[in-house]
Amino acid sequence: MTTTGQRCTGTVPGPARAALLVVEGLWAWYRRNWRSTVISTLVQPVLFLVALGIGFGSQVEPGPATGGLPYVQFLAPALLAATLMQTATFESTYPILSAFKWQRTYWAVVATPISAAQLLAGQLTWLAARLAFTAVGFLAVAAALGAVAGPGFLLAVVFSLLTGLACGAPIVAYAATIESEGQQFNVIFRFIVLPMMMFSGTFFPVEQLPGWVQPVVWLTPLWHGTELCRGVTLGTLGALPALGHLLYLLALLVVGAYLARRNFVRRLEV
Amino acid sequence: MAGDGALVRARGLGKRFGDFEAVRGIDLEVRPGEAFGFLGPNGAGKSSTMRMISCVSPRTGGELTVLGMDPDRAGPRIRARLGVVPQQDNLDTELTVRQNLHVYGRYFGLSKAHVRARAEELLDFAQLTERADDEVEPLSGGMKRRLTIARSLINDPELLLLDEPTTGLDPQARHLLWDRLFRLKQQGVTLIVTTHYMDEAEQLCDRLVVMDGGRIVAEGSPGELISRHATREVLELRFAPGAQAAAEPSVVDLAERVEVLPDRLLLYTGDGESALKAAHDRGVVPVSSLVRRATLEDVFLRLTGRTLVD
Repeated sequence: MTTTGQRCTGTVPGPARAALLVVEGLWAWYRRNWRSTVISTLVQPVLFLVALGIGFGSQVEPGPATGGLPYVQFLAPALLAATLMQTATFESTYPILSAFKWQRTYWAVVATPISAAQLLAGQLTWLAARLAFTAVGFLAVAAALGAVAGPGFLLAVVFSLLTGLACGAPIVAYAATIESEGQQFNVIFRFIVLPMMMFSGTFFPVEQLPGWVQPVVWLTPLWHGTELCRGVTLGTLGALPALGHLLYLLALLVVGAYLARRNFVRRLEV
Repeated sequence: MAGDGALVRARGLGKRFGDFEAVRGIDLEVRPGEAFGFLGPNGAGKSSTMRMISCVSPRTGGELTVLGMDPDRAGPRIRARLGVVPQQDNLDTELTVRQNLHVYGRYFGLSKAHVRARAEELLDFAQLTERADDEVEPLSGGMKRRLTIARSLINDPELLLLDEPTTGLDPQARHLLWDRLFRLKQQGVTLIVTTHYMDEAEQLCDRLVVMDGGRIVAEGSPGELISRHATREVLELRFAPGAQAAAEPSVVDLAERVEVLPDRLLLYTGDGESALKAAHDRGVVPVSSLVRRATLEDVFLRLTGRTLVD
């Protein structure tokens, strides 16, 4: 090995490049493990599309409640949003905790010229990429099952990405504060993610719920995502409601990212 | 600027976490090409100091320059030229050995071609070429440690920081690691090492500071510290626990100094064999006895009244 006389080769990447280098590192992991993650993230939506969309859907007459579409086509855009919400939640819990606590890989990164804030930017960018892969996989499966109603579904892919990120960013912020073994995450999965998926309009219109429950539903990011995704697919989305839903999700993303950045810096640069 | 060429210079450096003062104002200088050590027990403030020098933990008091720059203002630029081996391994255990080097090198803005070539040299240096395509998870502790050191060299650092490099390794793995660190030292890499093993400090360090309770209590080369704070030889008289205190008065005048430990007496003297013979002549009957050279452990005991490893 040669070290003597050799100049130090390290440089300081710019902020955008630094974040992309973090993505590159996470991509190196994904390249080795994508097969198992594809299966685990797509099995559930496929089961829902087949069992509920096609199976149970055969008992549902296309009507005003389904925008005149077969039930599976009514379900698909909302299920896309729900799937990305679930994927984002999972990706924002244990993998983050592990990088802080078990593998401690975040500490390895911030010992290099890359800062905690740049690390977080890379982690969120990676989350977006990961959600995009899932969305494309979902799109392919849904198309094969005849669940894609029309070209509006492509816009639903974009809105579902935003939904996923709006759910993921605040959870990343929370996960960055956890010192325990992550038992708290099960509470998130059971009492937030699952009810949100059941009652945010994924499977049936929210109007079917008792009136007093509906304001609670309006607070969930998934409802806003579902309205957007289904609205563009059915062609029923008004400009003003669309703006409201987008602003809500964007606000959640911005606040979540801000808190995540603060928590990353607090934990890694003490 | 470090016009005098010191790579690290601290004046009254302090680190406070809330009410807890981990580092209580230390002064030090690390010169190019030397192997500098922090010796002290757990909780002495070594790791906090190392994290400040690594530019990942802002100081809360005093002055610090690393490579002539202030970590508060030039953290990334300094970190680009450092190699860091943390106390706990933080390899990506789900990647291969080689991938760990590739990914890490990229964080320093190095090209893929450069990182690939450098990784092969480092795999060879760390004697991991045969395991290059294996996942890290099943590797032994010693191999992981060698990989962590190889990783820290990916950017050809001017200063290598090693926090407890061999803690938790078996003797064979430790010796292999020391051998690798020796080679780096011979190549002119400046090393800063923290350890609570006195043999590690003696093996690796040209100069060291002894830390205790967040302060530096002594500074010098291992030889200087030993001659300043201990005698040439030490006679250890081992007794059944409790019996050592009763024997102390009989031997107290046989040595320059006597330390009473829970199971033995340490007699500091220039001539251990004569002291042992004299003790026998006085009817002192220890369970066993040993004459040895004084070590940094004795220095630490002298300075703090406590042993390094409890």
